[in-house]
Amino acid sequence: MTRAARLALADGRVFHGRSCGAPLDVAAEVVFNTSHTGYQEVLTDPSYRGQAVVFTVPILGIYGVAGAGDDQAEAPQAAALVCREMSRRASSWRAQEPLPAFLARHGVPAIEGVDTRSLVRHLRERGAVLGVLSVGEEPDAELVERARHAPPMRGRDLASEVSCATPYEWTEGFDTATTPWGTAGPVERCAAGRRVVVVDLGVKRDILRHLAARGCEVSVVPLGTPLEAILERDPAGVLLSNGPGDPAAVGRGIELARGLLACEGLPVYGVCLGYQLISLAIGAKTIKMKFGHRGGNHPVRDLERGKVLISAHNHGFAVDPSSLAGTPLLATHESLFDGTLEGVRHRELPVRAVQFHPEAGPGPHEAETFFDDFVRDLAVAPAERAREG
Amino acid sequence: MPLDPSLKKVLIIGAGPIVIGQACEFDYSGTQACKALREEGLEVILMNSNPATIMTDPEVADRTYVEPVTWEAARAIIERERPCAVLPTLGGQTSLNVAIDLARRGVLEEFGVRLLGADVDVIERAEDRERFKEVVEGIGLESPRSRAVHSLAEALEAQQEIGLPAIVRPSFTLGGTGGGVAYNIDEFRALVDNGLRASPTHEVLVEESVIGWKEFEFEVVRDRADNCIVVCTIENVDPMGVHTGDSVTVAPALTLSDREFQRLRDASFAVLRAIGVECGGSNVQFAVDPANGALRVIEMNPRVSRSSALASKATGFPIARVAAKLALGYTLDELANDITRSTPASFEPAIDYIVTKIPRFDFEKFAGCDPTLTTSMKSVGEAMAIGRTFKESFQKALRSLERGRMGLGLDRRDDWGTERSPSRAELRSRLATPNPGRLFAVRQALLAGIPAAEVVDLTGIDPWFIGEIEDLVAFERRLKEAHGEALDPALVLEAKRLGYSDVQLATALGRSPEEVRRFRGERGLRPAYRTVDTCAAEFAARTPYFYSTWGEDSDEVPSSGKPKVVILGGGPNRIGQGIEFDCCCIHASMALREDGYETIMINSNPETVSTDYDTSDRLYFEPLTLEDVLGVIERERPLGVIVQLGGQTPLNLSLALQAAGVNILGTSPEAIHRAEDREAFAEVLERVGLARPADGTARTVEEALEVARRIGYPVMVRPSYVLGGRGMSVVHDREQLEAYVRAATEISPDHPVLIDQFLDDAIEVDVDLLADAAGAVVIGGILEHIEEAGVHSGDASCALPPYTLPPLLCDRIREASARLARELGVRGLMNVQYAVKEESIYVLEANPRASRTVPFISKATGRPLAKIAARVMVGKTLREQGVLEELAPPRFAVKKSVFPWNRFPGCEVLLGPEMRSTGEVMGMDRAFGAAFAKAQAGAGEDLATGGAVFVTVRDQDKQQVIYIAKKLASLGFEIVATRGTYTVLERHGVEPLRLVPKIHVGRPNPLDLIRNGEIALVVNTPSQQPIARRHEQEIRALSVARGIPCFTTIPAAAAAVSAIERLRAGPLGVEALQDVLLP
Repeated sequence: MTRAARLALADGRVFHGRSCGAPLDVAAEVVFNTSHTGYQEVLTDPSYRGQAVVFTVPILGIYGVAGAGDDQAEAPQAAALVCREMSRRASSWRAQEPLPAFLARHGVPAIEGVDTRSLVRHLRERGAVLGVLSVGEEPDAELVERARHAPPMRGRDLASEVSCATPYEWTEGFDTATTPWGTAGPVERCAAGRRVVVVDLGVKRDILRHLAARGCEVSVVPLGTPLEAILERDPAGVLLSNGPGDPAAVGRGIELARGLLACEGLPVYGVCLGYQLISLAIGAKTIKMKFGHRGGNHPVRDLERGKVLISAHNHGFAVDPSSLAGTPLLATHESLFDGTLEGVRHRELPVRAVQFHPEAGPGPHEAETFFDDFVRDLAVAPAERAREG
Repeated sequence: MPLDPSLKKVLIIGAGPIVIGQACEFDYSGTQACKALREEGLEVILMNSNPATIMTDPEVADRTYVEPVTWEAARAIIERERPCAVLPTLGGQTSLNVAIDLARRGVLEEFGVRLLGADVDVIERAEDRERFKEVVEGIGLESPRSRAVHSLAEALEAQQEIGLPAIVRPSFTLGGTGGGVAYNIDEFRALVDNGLRASPTHEVLVEESVIGWKEFEFEVVRDRADNCIVVCTIENVDPMGVHTGDSVTVAPALTLSDREFQRLRDASFAVLRAIGVECGGSNVQFAVDPANGALRVIEMNPRVSRSSALASKATGFPIARVAAKLALGYTLDELANDITRSTPASFEPAIDYIVTKIPRFDFEKFAGCDPTLTTSMKSVGEAMAIGRTFKESFQKALRSLERGRMGLGLDRRDDWGTERSPSRAELRSRLATPNPGRLFAVRQALLAGIPAAEVVDLTGIDPWFIGEIEDLVAFERRLKEAHGEALDPALVLEAKRLGYSDVQLATALGRSPEEVRRFRGERGLRPAYRTVDTCAAEFAARTPYFYSTWGEDSDEVPSSGKPKVVILGGGPNRIGQGIEFDCCCIHASMALREDGYETIMINSNPETVSTDYDTSDRLYFEPLTLEDVLGVIERERPLGVIVQLGGQTPLNLSLALQAAGVNILGTSPEAIHRAEDREAFAEVLERVGLARPADGTARTVEEALEVARRIGYPVMVRPSYVLGGRGMSVVHDREQLEAYVRAATEISPDHPVLIDQFLDDAIEVDVDLLADAAGAVVIGGILEHIEEAGVHSGDASCALPPYTLPPLLCDRIREASARLARELGVRGLMNVQYAVKEESIYVLEANPRASRTVPFISKATGRPLAKIAARVMVGKTLREQGVLEELAPPRFAVKKSVFPWNRFPGCEVLLGPEMRSTGEVMGMDRAFGAAFAKAQAGAGEDLATGGAVFVTVRDQDKQQVIYIAKKLASLGFEIVATRGTYTVLERHGVEPLRLVPKIHVGRPNPLDLIRNGEIALVVNTPSQQPIARRHEQEIRALSVARGIPCFTTIPAAAAAVSAIERLRAGPLGVEALQDVLLP
């Protein structure tokens, strides 16, 4: 039978449930996600490194775990899953394994039977908090104490932890059976054959898939790759990926971004953490949000196109919009939920970055145009650079 | 883009009467639309023939036309009111069809009126199967392979390509009327023949079968700036092959991974864009092959629908309101989410619970029809439930249906383990053929040891859902093991979290429900209440919209400190209980809110206005069972509960609620019981000196024959426990009685059969009245039935004021009603039914509650009876409310019922004591004939002003039909009759007169004439001879199928004659309620 488990928060609240993953203890920042679908993608998203993800959707696991085509990284990344109910049975033609088995196999603890709505309300009011998920027997107070001593997210450079060890090439697009279909129409392939360097701060594979699907030759390099080594690859553009942790703590990432921005004319794009690093490199400031944005239903206004994008979000930090004053950055996107700055572009250079996740995975597809903008910039930039060189 | 400033005045077209496939959801959407438009300062003109709707309350629109929902009436209204635009996307298919007619006939152009929300091209692209398919293929998606055909020959050719099974879908019909699945060539021919007739364009689509594929619905909204959102996704538990309205469904979709989900989401938007829905709500349906994910787009509705009402209730997102605002020019981001008030409407609701909807069927009302579920919708209502798990939500939905089921089995209706347990073979057949009880059969099959995999194969239901039932079955076994043991709080809590009711626990554990309840009380085991907030608790919400769950904390009740009143709603629509009661509940809530009370609505019907989150101060979406209602009452601690407005459902709870210490407002449960209990009521009548038909009670066939002999035939017989005349019948002789009693005792073994004298040729009268604690009684209205006694009062046409009853007799009825109300101690509403024969008045029954006719009378007189009654119930007298005497209605108002015959081929088309109508319309005019004509038109049975009338009547009506035939002949009709009637008419000089042979006597017979379109009207009073009766039945069924008005009683035929006379004098006018009622 299943083992009892508890989730103890640093602020003293303890939630009871049963273990439904690996029977291990873990300390993590507790955050919640409101997506209805996509637990596999969330679980394997490196941006969730160090976080226990509470799902507001009341049940996980119904469609099991599909193949690697849905994975966002080699292995699960989130520290733990918290849910109201876990389905033991998986029912889908795509399923290869039930979710609890997958969690156990990868050593990811999970707890079910939790009053997740009360937990979410608590997080909403108190903000993201540290917690300990335990299958042990020790008293509640001891668990709470352990949670208090867990490493806080602020000041933490997790990107270095999740970044790849060595460079690699990425060629795989989307599975034909699951090709994102529709909103964006046929993908823009004007940059076919152009080389793109992706700086891996915890990159989600859907970002790489989007670039490969547009015909780019994708090189992924670790955080810490010197600027020269990147330029040696003669990229048509560079993308700073998403990733976990406090952007302000990723000093060498900010340095790198500064160096890339100095290569005038080189398209530099950023997603999520990459966006924050670009903003910091230009002189803007980041702030820790109360409980952040995590879900697939967030409305963002595209200030340039005048449209509303329903988009995938996963961020606990944000760029302070007032800190854009005096920088060459312009706001391009804003959250309609709470006004958070969600995207910027450079006044003169082919530099764009967004806080949310245009690659979706999981989430809606309408922001995919971000990648089309990128490949369009890739298509014009090399000629200009050649002229200058 | 803000409000389009050129819009000043908009006509909203309502959906007309409640029919299968188009019910209260369009009152809900229409009412929201009216409110939304008026908030913007627009003048709203409304047309709808359904008097029981909230939207037709004179306060809801600026100008309200209770007129037939036809293009002719719409034209008259447009001519008078000169609106800038027509909004046709909120009144269902009826409204869209009228809009298309208005466009095609040049009315829109003539008056310079534009369509809002969807233009004719869009409607046609979405509705015309062939064009829809082209559009879908044009954007790289697939729809099932198909061909549109216009004849049987073409259809057979198409079938060669497509194979069998094949789906036959008539174009432009509501809820798939006339369509179905053909498994063999004979069925194919029959369906095509039927479909060609049902389609107004004589077109059917022959389509590749995707039976057994998974079915999903996406509720999408688009604005003019091309922002699109999915409000809700719905997954059908019943796979393709069962109409979505007849399927058990869940929200959100559960078995899709994000990759698949996003693909469907993209596809929904692409379809919307390609069809060209500029703005508003739409619904897109998909089939997905469970084996490989192959996708087919099945259909899309470019308007709000039953599913969007469900989606709104499931998420808290008001689709109709938003769609109405978008039609005015707003974009999604310019509108606020009413629930959070801090976020915009341009987002997709996140939900942290599971919603289950289960359709309700009333097949037993339609003897002879086949209860197999197909692609043509047959359900008459639906219940929705919310839980934190599928199991909880599913079991709550089952008990919300009010079919005597308290969850999945383990209740009094559960025959598992009894001698009536079905065999495995029976179970297999129940699994393989879609039917209303299929999920109960799944449980029994699993209990019987049929492997889950086989259940999946037989039903085509996704293995995950079968797995959930497997879990319940496993738990049920554990529960039964604890039978007779001391109650274990952990086990009880576990059961509660799986959705089990106290009754089920009691059954499994060998206790009484009261014991379980007491035990829970002692251990503090109580439900928790959570809110529906559109955002899964991400933001603070102020929604007053709750559901119960177990083993969690509750979200807090926002309290104002005002005194609280709980109003119990009517639950799912069914025949005999529907929108009329919902209307009364809403009125009570409105009145009491105005008076400073906090109102709390409990209901389980997702279609209605009463379950809109802003109708009451708080809404609890809960089953209307004793346990669930008490749970809410214990949390809210109201000063009292109103049970007399929601129909029989809450009334049945009144004694038990009172016994549990709940204060019942208004008429006491004892008084209700005195009126409902036959013997007690007989005493009441005796005390006030009123007559009733002779009667008797029988427990055996012999007793029955004896009682009938004493009373004299014909007699009315029924089981002792009824709602809406269920199981009632008029029998004319000994043989019929014997047959009935043998069948009836099968239906209800514990209850005797009641036998009443049947008053042949009597006139039936309905009275609705108000009475207060001071003993004041005010008559709301006296309704004279047009059909004679014996036709259920819910089915009969009736007139207000009475059109033949002498004033003195009406006074006697008034006086009798008042005496009865005082004797019973009525506080609030009462309905009394009388039969008037010659000079005598007989009381048939008295119901101390709101009746089906309350909204009709309220609309016809302008006096809101239910609002007044609610105030009486909380202690105000009628005098204090200024309600001193009966109001004379300013116009003649005729109520006409509509029937679902076309949904139930094979069932007998005949009015009787068993109620079968689904809804009603009102016709209002200065003269009775005109009002009757409008009611006919509103019910879709337009009267012809010339042509041939087929007349065949039973012997006792032959004298009375002479006048009718003469009158029709003088109006230019040719009279066609069979021998018996012909002879009588000929003798009385009726002409032109034509003789036709009876069926099986010669050709062409009456059926041939009807098929050939030679008959414009049928007058047929049913005879008692079995053979003649069968032939007449064929004639009536065919007339109904062809849309030819068919009158089965002499008074109704006479009324029709006066209406035809009026129609020949010129077109009918239109009048706004505001002009009539508030001059």
